[in-house]
Amino acid sequence: MFEPASIGYSGSARLRPVEALPWVLAVLVYFFAPNYLALGAYVVIIILFALSLDLILGYGGIVTLGHSAYFGFGAYAAGVFAVRVTGDPLLGLAVAAVAAGLLGLATGAVILRTHGLALLMLTLAITSIVFEVANKWTDVTGGADGLHSVPIQPILGLFRFDMFGKTAFLYCLIVLAAGWWLVRTIVHSPFGVSLAGTRENDVRMHAIGAPVYRRRLQAYTISAMLAGIAGGLLTQTTQFVGLSVLGFERSGELLVMLVLGGVRRIYGAFVGPLVFIVAQDYLAKQSPEYWTLGIGVLLIFIVMFARGGLLGLLDRARAKLKGPGR
Amino acid sequence: MEAFLASLVSIAFHGLAYGMILYAISVGLSVTMGLMGFVNLAHGVFAMAGGYLMITAMTKLGMAWLPALVLACIVVALGSMVLERLLYSRLYTAGELEQVLFTIGLIFVAVAVARLAYGPLPLAAPLPEFMKGQTELLGRSFPSYRVVVIVSSAVLIAVLWIGLERTRWGAMVRAAVDNRAMAQSVGINTVRLFTFTFALGSGLAALGGALGADLIAMTPTYPFEQLVYFLIVVSIGGLGTLRGPFLGALLIGIGDTACKYWVPQFGAFFVYAATMAILLYRPQGLLGKKT
Repeated sequence: MFEPASIGYSGSARLRPVEALPWVLAVLVYFFAPNYLALGAYVVIIILFALSLDLILGYGGIVTLGHSAYFGFGAYAAGVFAVRVTGDPLLGLAVAAVAAGLLGLATGAVILRTHGLALLMLTLAITSIVFEVANKWTDVTGGADGLHSVPIQPILGLFRFDMFGKTAFLYCLIVLAAGWWLVRTIVHSPFGVSLAGTRENDVRMHAIGAPVYRRRLQAYTISAMLAGIAGGLLTQTTQFVGLSVLGFERSGELLVMLVLGGVRRIYGAFVGPLVFIVAQDYLAKQSPEYWTLGIGVLLIFIVMFARGGLLGLLDRARAKLKGPGR
Repeated sequence: MEAFLASLVSIAFHGLAYGMILYAISVGLSVTMGLMGFVNLAHGVFAMAGGYLMITAMTKLGMAWLPALVLACIVVALGSMVLERLLYSRLYTAGELEQVLFTIGLIFVAVAVARLAYGPLPLAAPLPEFMKGQTELLGRSFPSYRVVVIVSSAVLIAVLWIGLERTRWGAMVRAAVDNRAMAQSVGINTVRLFTFTFALGSGLAALGGALGADLIAMTPTYPFEQLVYFLIVVSIGGLGTLRGPFLGALLIGIGDTACKYWVPQFGAFFVYAATMAILLYRPQGLLGKKT
């Protein structure tokens, strides 16, 4: 039986009308909910971050607990570059992408030689090392205080970052759209299909002569670049970078968001962070204990009963409605 | 020179105490991971539960230190048995991702429950009088608490190793780790065996958590903060072995203590770097079998 390259609304290479929904929603937020633009920009950034994880976790089958290393590295690279060299946002973003991509290439070359627990541990070790470096190298990173009031110039010298976060929101949205297009194209390309092959059965991929290791490393590097761009965006829009961009908690939370939305569906990476962050914004302030408890119970519930996440549940409900004769 | 020697002895001593605690907590993780291939990130939850239960038993029920410790271990072991039957056992055949997610979920729940029950601040374990002073040994004085930790862990390890090497149960566990299908086919009830082994491992973790409550303070985020260390111990030592995690725990315990003593500005950097180096050199761990 033929497995589609992707599940759900991103199931075919051709765009469907329903895939315009997130962008329409974003534009609606921009015009009708100006108070939520700061939160919105954050959601958009995390969506990009989740999308980068979906590429290696969902499509490549690489279970990692250390993806925050690239997010944080990009965030710090953008911050340090802006403080020391220039506050040009696009240049800063490029620096973040290259820095995180290089780190992804170097670390990926090492960790992708292993499997299972060793791989999991190496990803954890890498994110812990990056965290320690950021924490202790205070001259450059600001240590526990982080970098404050990171300078940022107008985009292309034209669009100034305003205090309402309008420019920031649109800026993040455009970058996300580019990232989304890239991931969506990759997934449906021959490259993406052979990446899925390495997930499904790497022995067979070896047997047909596919370069398994190289495929995974390429995907890992691209994913790290995207994560770095997301991190750079966070630094630029908040004009601050601190240790919270790194570490195991950040990776774990991202994993939760992606799984909540649904793995290997592209739009799971949209739904998960949106639901998670909005819910967090409302609930976590009132009772952080019950918020943590709720997340834990939700995770266990998803693993036990709803492996496809929210979008998986939606698919199942739609299939039920259509009846068994499909 | 004399000062350097004194610092060496001090590092070895404190590192040994820390390593022993790490071993007591991690050994159960090594066996359960080796036995069922289950990636149990929530192992630290049992250690935390042990520590908190002991503190509760001592402060609320007025129990003495030793009975409180034993009670905490038994309660945690029984509780973990229920968890294993109800939840863990459903995921033995599931993928790595599901296991990771499930156990992270379990950690979240445990963190929330601990925070609700004990508040967000670190809680110190009340020590009995005889552990508070110093013990004279070979012309040097050492903190009694750590001496107790080392001695009792050593006894525990001896019992555990003899149990696994010399008893029928131990032979069954070793057989199941080596080849589960074959063990099953010669009539070993691996399901029941695993439930008991899981309970034992969790009980040991509780013991380590409670015994080390003064070394690694009890906070609600304990399972998250210490997780990396437990995993490092198991993965560099080698899965499914008893000696591997012991070696790993000693390496990490002494190495971490030495680094924090000599080069505190680098923090835990060396531990992670060493972990990476070891795992690259031997992905299956120092004493692990090639798979």
